[in-house]
Amino acid sequence: MIAGTIHKITGPVAVAQGMTGAKMYDIVRVGKEGLMGEVIRLEGDRATIQVYEDTSGLKVGDPVESTAGPLLVELGPGLLSSIYDGVQRPLPIVAEAGDFIERGTVASALDREKLWDFTPVATVGQQVVGGDVIGTIPEGQTILHKVMVPPNVKGTIASVADAGQYNVDATMATLEDGTEIKMSQWWPVRQGRPYTRKLDPTHPFTTGMRILDTFFPIALGGNAIIPGGFGTGKTVTQQSLAKWADVDIIVYVGCGERGNEMTEVLVEFPELEDPRTGAPLMDRTVLVANTSNMPVAAREASIYVGATLAEFYRDMGYSVAMMADSTSRWGEALREVSGRLEEMPGEEGYPAYLSTRLAAFYERSGRVRPLGSDDERVGSVTMVGAVSPAGGDMSEPMTQNSLRVTGAFWALDTSLAQRRHFPAISWTKSYTLFLGQVGSWFEENVAGDWQAARDQAMSILQKETELQEIVQLVGPDALPESEKIILEVARMLREDFLQQFAFDAIDAYCPPKKQYLMLKAILAFHDAAVAALNRGVSLRQVLELPLKETIATMKTTEHDEAIEMLPGFTAKIAEDIAGIEVY
Amino acid sequence: MTPATMAPAEEVKKRSLVSTDYRTISYVTGPLIFVENVQGIAYNEMVAIRMPDDTVRSGQVLEVSGQTAVIQVFEGTQGIDVDATEVRFLEEVAKVDVSSELLGRVLNGTGRPIDGGSPILPEARLDITGAPINPYTREKPADYIETGISAIDALTTLVRGQKLPIFSGSGLPANELAAQIIRQARVKSGEEFAIVFGAMGITHREAAYFMNQFETTGALERVVFFLNLADDPTVERLLTPKVALTVAEYLAFEKDMQVLVVLSDMTNYCEALREVSTAREEVPGRRGYPGYMYTDLSMIYERAGRIKGRKGSVTQLPILTMPDDDITHPIPDLTGYITEGQVVLSRQLHRRAVFPPIDVLPCLSRLMNLGIGEGKTREDHREVANQLYAGYAQGRDLRKLVAIVGEEALSDNDRAYLRFADEFEKRIVGQGDEDRTIEETLSIGWELMAGLPMSELKRVRKFIDTYHPNAGEASEDL
Repeated sequence: MIAGTIHKITGPVAVAQGMTGAKMYDIVRVGKEGLMGEVIRLEGDRATIQVYEDTSGLKVGDPVESTAGPLLVELGPGLLSSIYDGVQRPLPIVAEAGDFIERGTVASALDREKLWDFTPVATVGQQVVGGDVIGTIPEGQTILHKVMVPPNVKGTIASVADAGQYNVDATMATLEDGTEIKMSQWWPVRQGRPYTRKLDPTHPFTTGMRILDTFFPIALGGNAIIPGGFGTGKTVTQQSLAKWADVDIIVYVGCGERGNEMTEVLVEFPELEDPRTGAPLMDRTVLVANTSNMPVAAREASIYVGATLAEFYRDMGYSVAMMADSTSRWGEALREVSGRLEEMPGEEGYPAYLSTRLAAFYERSGRVRPLGSDDERVGSVTMVGAVSPAGGDMSEPMTQNSLRVTGAFWALDTSLAQRRHFPAISWTKSYTLFLGQVGSWFEENVAGDWQAARDQAMSILQKETELQEIVQLVGPDALPESEKIILEVARMLREDFLQQFAFDAIDAYCPPKKQYLMLKAILAFHDAAVAALNRGVSLRQVLELPLKETIATMKTTEHDEAIEMLPGFTAKIAEDIAGIEVY
Repeated sequence: MTPATMAPAEEVKKRSLVSTDYRTISYVTGPLIFVENVQGIAYNEMVAIRMPDDTVRSGQVLEVSGQTAVIQVFEGTQGIDVDATEVRFLEEVAKVDVSSELLGRVLNGTGRPIDGGSPILPEARLDITGAPINPYTREKPADYIETGISAIDALTTLVRGQKLPIFSGSGLPANELAAQIIRQARVKSGEEFAIVFGAMGITHREAAYFMNQFETTGALERVVFFLNLADDPTVERLLTPKVALTVAEYLAFEKDMQVLVVLSDMTNYCEALREVSTAREEVPGRRGYPGYMYTDLSMIYERAGRIKGRKGSVTQLPILTMPDDDITHPIPDLTGYITEGQVVLSRQLHRRAVFPPIDVLPCLSRLMNLGIGEGKTREDHREVANQLYAGYAQGRDLRKLVAIVGEEALSDNDRAYLRFADEFEKRIVGQGDEDRTIEETLSIGWELMAGLPMSELKRVRKFIDTYHPNAGEASEDL
């Protein structure tokens, strides 16, 4: 065993000497309390260690022991509906020791006693490779957990456990070479889990949020960032996504954010119903909570823990969404540790390797064919990272470096938030690179002219932005009627389509079909009004028709009712406006 | 090489039975001293420094490296020399004596009584850094604290367990507002209530003002007052909020009290943080503030909260000065990212002699809904707040328009909104020294709304019959 002594302590970083043989990223136990730490630099026999717990009271000369292995997470049934800290210690178990988080707590990630119903799938004599399914276990009410052969193992099955109840330490199968396949497996968090190949992300990640699904959709296996100053609604948006996104599993990483917010998630999610299955939302959710006052090095590890948990369920063939709130706090943890290492700083004190780390993290998203000899499973990890730019200034390094590696930019706008326009996602600054890939899905499954409708609505909003500049100079009365109608329609788009109330029972989630029909109704109003104006009808006559009120109530109309009613209503708009007489 | 390090180790150490004194200071810079040849020193350990004139100062270990310790001296390094000054390591991290007898006392920034009263008999001695509350054992914030300030109670309600900062600017009456809140704040349910006030880097004039206010109104008896003056050593300020919060946590979670912690001024705290960081030659982040300022601030602000199964709560009202009124400056910016909303003071309102000059438009209390409504404040609170906010926002927009086109061009409706905005600033915001209950505030809100056409009161429609001053006419109108 490699054992050394502490030589230096500064903040969350300690240097140990006598550590010859220690490897980079090995986990070590520091001091008499056995605080968990990770080797992040080696120099002769000295190892620099980032410590995942408060270092107060550590002394020079205190012992340091290496565990000779990297940071691992345990993967097995029971992950869902759990809440972990940044290094996969279950917070309810930690809470048994006290209401405050004390140092040196050791807790098993999975319940070792609990028995799970195992049903074998593999048979004796079968050739298996990494990723092959040995058997299944119902985990919660909706998810069928798959016990898989670990990625680096292959052989012929000598025995399989019978159907029955087992705990996570049980051996579910044995190979002819004696390798035992347990119910749970371990994986190093900083290493992405392997897969057979990446697939093209062609299936949309639907969220029920109109501005995202209709204007800036991303694909399953894609990634997006949500940057915004404080009070613009990052966390509300992230939580809405977690509640409504059309995926099987949610991994929610609260990284350096508020304790009260994590408590809210903890209280709310078990009460919320999964809109697709009716089971509690918590049944398909894993929470990783490392609040801002918990140790900074564990914050750095927390998003890798989250990514590994997401990949594990991806490998079973599920679509997984991982929310990281907020990646900026992770970047700051990197910056803090880098500063303690006295590394040469890059922009704004962030380390020069910030962009490399970000790229490596976001590249763990994707839609893949997992390992295994079957050719059926397709899994995906979709990542949505919140960014908290300092002073709301998007030119800062975290935002800019994230933009280079992610596929969509959902920019939150402070001025929209102050006008109480929620979700405060800016339609002028945001973009998505997935439009080409998911457009055809929408055209096949929603409507053939989906993309045309979207583009037309975008151009109306764009035109409004230009007109607003003129209005500010000369006032709205100076505009010709043909431009005033643009302002009217754009206002409808903003208020009756883009604004969405996350706390309304109906409006919180809007299915894609309804989104399309709502958009079509507003565009029908636009087209008919423009035609009417060309006939010589005045704008006042068009606006006097009692159509706007119905348009305004579309979003709070029950989905099924709206989907049935809207095509007729759209036709009525066109008819009524066409029926206006010129005088 | 200094004479101290050249001398054999046993000559420079004076051994006693309990601890070791070192005379091995090798380097002094800003608030820091470097001590050589030390052994068995713990990170964050407290030290006592005996000066050549026999006075004693305190300090804390910031870094240990081999046999060298870097120590920050809370009372400043003036008068410290490398020859005669002795350093003793106290073998414990920073701790403070706590007791429920602290109520009514005035203490310095490190928790020692300075009011000439009797010494404090400690009931416990606690680590001032505090451990993070496990998110799993946190209880959702609920119920509210009445500040007696209409703009806060009605529109930015302070919820128990919340952290809600006040963003001020130089020359704005933040301290007067703080004094008024400390005087008036209360909980209505009859539970025990206490205020812990941590003053950091305030001037003698301000300190005298606070003392005078507390003594004349008798508020002092429920206040624990930590006082770090502007000419006190800067580094001492780094301890003040932590000491204050340790006392607050003790009163809340051991003594079942509802505790409001007022910290003023956090800008001075951050300046002290920057000073120490610069002296340590650390890599600076934005505007020279250390990269770990977010973490450091969160370790203060996140100590607000409630815990399952315990009756008390810690609520925080930190006050900070935005340098040059810039809300994007790192101090208000990082604070805003951690806290649950903000109250913003406006120079414009202050110039128009509105007190307190709270600009409600950028104000926000994220947790407000958890603390208001029937059984807590009043059933119509949410709707009245929305209507007042919307009406005031519209009035403010119209003011801009009036500046361009003149008031004559407005419709009657618009003029009603203009008047509403003026009245709102005068009566709801500009309450002066008055102490109002939430009912009084909401009644004034209804009086203002009566000045708007009935058809405009869309958000409060279902309460018109109950609360509108002209309720009878109202139902006929509709």
